[in-house]
Amino acid sequence: MKRTIVPLGPYHPLLEEPEHFKLYVEGEKVMELDVEIGYNHRGIEKLSESKTWDQVPYLVERICGICSTSHPFAYCLAVEDLLGCKIPERAELIRVVIAELERIHSHLLWLGLAGHFIGYNTVWMWAWKYRETILEICEKLTGNRNHYAMFKPGGVRRDFNDEQIEYGLNRIEELVKPLTMLTNAILDDPVIHKRLKGVGVLSYEDAVLYSALGPTSRASGVPWDARWDEPLAGFKDLNWKIITQEDGDVFAKAVVRLLECFESISLIKQGLEKMTDGPIDARIKEVPPGEGCGRYEAPRGEVIHYVRSDGSNMPYRHKIRAPTFNNLPTFRVSCVGETIADVALITASIDPCYCCTERVGVVDECGNEKILREDDLIRLSIEKTEQIIKDLGKIPTLYSKEI
Amino acid sequence: MKLVIYYLIYPGFVFASIIGLLSTWFDRKLSARIQWRQGPPWYQSFADIGKLLYKEVIIPKEANRSGFIVAPLFGLAAVTLAVTILGVGMINPTAGFIGDIIVVWYLFAIPAISLIYIGSTSGNPLSSVGVSREIKLLLSYDLPMVILIVMVASKVGGFTIGSITEWQRINGSLIGHWYGVIGFIIAIFCIQAKLGRVPFDLAEAETELGSGILMEMSGAVLAAYVLSQAIALFGLSYFLIILFWGGVSGGIGILWAILKYLLIMVFLILLKNTNPRLRIDQAMKFFWGWMTGGAILAGILAYLGV
Repeated sequence: MKRTIVPLGPYHPLLEEPEHFKLYVEGEKVMELDVEIGYNHRGIEKLSESKTWDQVPYLVERICGICSTSHPFAYCLAVEDLLGCKIPERAELIRVVIAELERIHSHLLWLGLAGHFIGYNTVWMWAWKYRETILEICEKLTGNRNHYAMFKPGGVRRDFNDEQIEYGLNRIEELVKPLTMLTNAILDDPVIHKRLKGVGVLSYEDAVLYSALGPTSRASGVPWDARWDEPLAGFKDLNWKIITQEDGDVFAKAVVRLLECFESISLIKQGLEKMTDGPIDARIKEVPPGEGCGRYEAPRGEVIHYVRSDGSNMPYRHKIRAPTFNNLPTFRVSCVGETIADVALITASIDPCYCCTERVGVVDECGNEKILREDDLIRLSIEKTEQIIKDLGKIPTLYSKEI
Repeated sequence: MKLVIYYLIYPGFVFASIIGLLSTWFDRKLSARIQWRQGPPWYQSFADIGKLLYKEVIIPKEANRSGFIVAPLFGLAAVTLAVTILGVGMINPTAGFIGDIIVVWYLFAIPAISLIYIGSTSGNPLSSVGVSREIKLLLSYDLPMVILIVMVASKVGGFTIGSITEWQRINGSLIGHWYGVIGFIIAIFCIQAKLGRVPFDLAEAETELGSGILMEMSGAVLAAYVLSQAIALFGLSYFLIILFWGGVSGGIGILWAILKYLLIMVFLILLKNTNPRLRIDQAMKFFWGWMTGGAILAGILAYLGV
């Protein structure tokens, strides 16, 4: 049978961001899939090296409009890991509340888009209507519907007053009923079952093999959650559980996300109720040389920020790994052999966020692309480390034992 | 001369376009209200057609120029003819010819065929996927619908629109019987598929194929297609009223007809707004399995007279 290439992107109604999928199809069946990234690279890691420690949260907040708390969260954890400091309890709880609000809004956003992708525009509009409640709570608590600018290394920037806490508790309670209705309506719809069940199955083994993250792995029965594994300050004292499903198909991913919303509501309520008076900032004065790593569970999966300091007021190196980077390769197993209609859905089911994922491809002047293999990356990494050691003039403390 | 007026003004082109475009507005407005949106003003569909007529027609390099422009006009002419035959059948029940009900059903298929022509000559890979889906869909919903038409015709003992309405005027609507109800429900699904609306909008499938089969159409060519869809929306709902719901009679009957028409529209709109898009294999299974089975069941019930 003749193979045709069906392009999905770089500009396509399915994708909110430029990304190019090449689907090699025979009839309607997808035989092979190629992903091209790099349309939206913004050089944030490099830019971060020219910002002071306090300015970087605003920058990383803009990596992704939807996970605008997860990136600062992971960054602040990295800086605090470098310093070895502990932040006040009230700040921890404020962080939990903001981060969980963001999780609900992100999951509802995904749900709406997923509805749109399968042509179910009513679900789209309804999910976004209920998401509006979350955005209003965010506005009341932080002053912004998105990009909250609440995080700073060592704590949070703004405190909640009693009125705000009261408002948050009331409004979040309001959301439970419509969300339950929406969840039941979606999970019981026979046509949705037909479209989503058994589609794009990612088995447990493959999820582990490809290091899938977030709801993508949890839907395959892998109970990975950075909030739990780490365990993060703030989350460990609260009562919540990791949602997992066994099937690994698109339906399971939807179930995981919907049920996680209820866990998040419970976390927000606990956080707001438990809040006691106290400081909200550990007051960091300066950052000594060293390195730190922060892991946080963004709505899409684990995001990792790594910072290295040379003792100045800026990060010497800032490395970001967003969850979509790990989830993209799983298409190799979940998309091949499915029809175009399903592939459109499967690519959306990991809740992709391409601009977080962008990497530079190496292209020489003739336009030939070069793919860097593991060995090349290790070699480049070693060269870079040696360069850093040379530049610093001494061996960083962490490496001193090994070298 | 009379035929020209029938064809161009009433009940043909002008009348059907106005009602059709108002129906599309009704569809959009009600869908919007279901989805907590405001929805467009009543003249939106007219404004859309006007805007499209203004725009440049871009014809793909690989396409046949004249064919690309003529095909949608051909579809428009065909649906107008179908609506005219239906309308004249109402004005003058004896004017029909034997088999006109079948002719009307297949005239409504011509926009789809012209679309298949345009999609396949445009040389766009997404369009070609849309074309293959459209052909499969065309084959699937035709089978149950033709069974239903044959059932109705054999029940009333005549293959003309006049005989169908006449029989229902004397013996009561077919929808008053079980076979009529089953047939009506199946016909609603077939019409939804014929109009390419959710859950059967596979050929367009905005989020999969980016408008698929319509992708290369623009300007007046697209306007002709949109207009033929609007007329088909009116025509097919009207077709359904004739087939199962006693047709239209004068006086107070016109008010009843409007109510019936609105009710059918509401069915179509609810179907659109409470379902996700099916996959093509699922849609084919649905029509060749459930719907064809249901149509045969309706035929048996009609034979038994239940």
